[in-house]
Amino acid sequence: MTTQDLMQETVTALGANKVRSGLTMLGIVIGIGSVIAMVAIGNGAQASIQSSIQSLGSNLLIVTPGAQRNAGGFGVSSGRGAAKTITEADAVAVAGVPGVARVAQEISGRYQITAKGTNTNTTVDGVNSAFASIRNVAIDEGTFFSDSQSQALAKVAVIGPTTMTDLFGDTATASDVIGQQIRIKGAVFSVIGVTVSKGGSGFTNQDDIIYVPLRTAARYLAGDSYLTTMDIQATDADAMSSVQTDVTALLLERHKIQDPTQADFSVLNQADIVATASSVTGTFTLLLAAIAGISLLVGGIGIMNMMLTNVTERTREIGLRKAIGATESDISNQFLTESIVLTVLGGAIGILLGWLIASALTLTGLLTATVSLASVLTAFGVSAVIGITFGWYPARRAARMNPIDALRFE
Amino acid sequence: MIEVNDIRKTYHTGGDTVTHALDGVSFTIKDGEFVAIMGPSGSGKSTLMHILGCLDTPTSGTYVLDGEDASTLSGDRLADIRRRKIGFVFQSFNLLPRTTVLRNVMLPLTYANIPMEEREARAKASLAAAGLDESRFEHKSNQLSGGQIQRVAIARALVNDPALILADEPTGNLDTRTSEIVLATFEKLNREHGRTIILITHEQEVAEHARRIIRIRDGKIQSDSGDHARRIPNPEPSTV
Repeated sequence: MTTQDLMQETVTALGANKVRSGLTMLGIVIGIGSVIAMVAIGNGAQASIQSSIQSLGSNLLIVTPGAQRNAGGFGVSSGRGAAKTITEADAVAVAGVPGVARVAQEISGRYQITAKGTNTNTTVDGVNSAFASIRNVAIDEGTFFSDSQSQALAKVAVIGPTTMTDLFGDTATASDVIGQQIRIKGAVFSVIGVTVSKGGSGFTNQDDIIYVPLRTAARYLAGDSYLTTMDIQATDADAMSSVQTDVTALLLERHKIQDPTQADFSVLNQADIVATASSVTGTFTLLLAAIAGISLLVGGIGIMNMMLTNVTERTREIGLRKAIGATESDISNQFLTESIVLTVLGGAIGILLGWLIASALTLTGLLTATVSLASVLTAFGVSAVIGITFGWYPARRAARMNPIDALRFE
Repeated sequence: MIEVNDIRKTYHTGGDTVTHALDGVSFTIKDGEFVAIMGPSGSGKSTLMHILGCLDTPTSGTYVLDGEDASTLSGDRLADIRRRKIGFVFQSFNLLPRTTVLRNVMLPLTYANIPMEEREARAKASLAAAGLDESRFEHKSNQLSGGQIQRVAIARALVNDPALILADEPTGNLDTRTSEIVLATFEKLNREHGRTIILITHEQEVAEHARRIIRIRDGKIQSDSGDHARRIPNPEPSTV
């Protein structure tokens, strides 16, 4: 039997019961469609989380204070990050470690901010001037403050676009708010700059923030000069692990701690964060794909069910075909082709459906769902494999029929 | 040339019960004969038909069809012989539904790997030989009468140019008048085209259209009229 004969037979057979063929195919359409859409969503989430981590800056090590423990005593912990252990002097010392390009210092806290009768509560970050370049803070309008303004305890502020609209209304533009006064914890600051929007990240809104000079924050807001975060930028990605080791050793020595497990600070490597986030989103994608895969499995069982019904209904036809000389493989190929055509056609429509879902999600702006070529090819392969797998048993049953019994079948 | 030599077929139906459906059957049919195999139900004629049609093989004995021994083959080897040497006509027609007359007749050719271009001409020639009007070639089987359907089935049996046409109760589902037309078709094919035809039936009137009648009873040959013996009297009252 030629391929052309086979396809002609298949079209006739599937066309004979269009509703049943269509409904069976729908199972595969939904299965493949949801796998494609779910993988696209997973990939989109992964890309967006990675880009927001990268937007923090590149080649970063983040040092945060650890838990402070009572020396001796019961070792009561006050919790990570609560301790006041890192000083400006530590930052200066760290800047001397080989491989360190720049060190940003932060004293941050959340305060109530008022301006012209409106108010908001947001993060106020006291930072040195190196912070802007390390953390990719770009200025839309105005200027970032300098270290000399920090030395002079200047009460100036650079605000994020979200904070700007929270305080000055939705219609406020960056040029309008330069020179305006805002009040942070009772102190009056004048706005000298507005940052470029970085967009929301998976965890926090990086646009809802106010930057003030480091020492100003220490004096007027925090009340002490302990740093809440120190961001170290390594000269390049290769230097990061050696810098991490050296900085840890230096800080342990400066804090007079012998046992590294008792460190009163922690050093986070950005590469580790990216790796962790990737593995989390990877697992998440796998989970979504697995759930979608179950619907694909159910679709495959639907195919098998239909093909078995088909084989039973067409028993006499099979008997006739065998009587006029069809071999086992002729019969088997005929039914296998039917199920493969069903699943591959269903797979193609499913890919289209998944792509439509992904595109619709991207249009809503929630995340950029990207359908990769790999997932399309995999989906196509999987639907063909489902056709073969779930079509194999019914086809074999048809092929193995005894022609005498098949011809007598009522 | 069909040579059946001491064919036996036994079935083991549970426990020690052994049924001898065929119990030593031998005969020879030459090319161009028109033979009716007659017998009541349970006589073994269906079993004999299955063996002659290469749908089944005997427990012992030999069956040589057109120079090929088909008595020990199985599965696809039997299918191969059926494809090349045998054309079937069934009581229940067994045409494919939703398929045109022409495509139904071409079906055996698709399994025989006949080139696409050749198929239609051969199918049309067969249909003409079976006496179906050309205006019906594109009809589907549900648009045809019983007699027309059976002539399509006869055309399908002819299309592979088989050594043997095997008709199993071909008039069983037809009225008397249509039966006569179908049987006349067989006679014409035998007389004018020299086709070897074996007709399986339990009806005397149907069998009488053949030139030779072999009667089977209880798995044995009861009588064989030999060729050219038409309208021999029934040796005993019909049991059907």
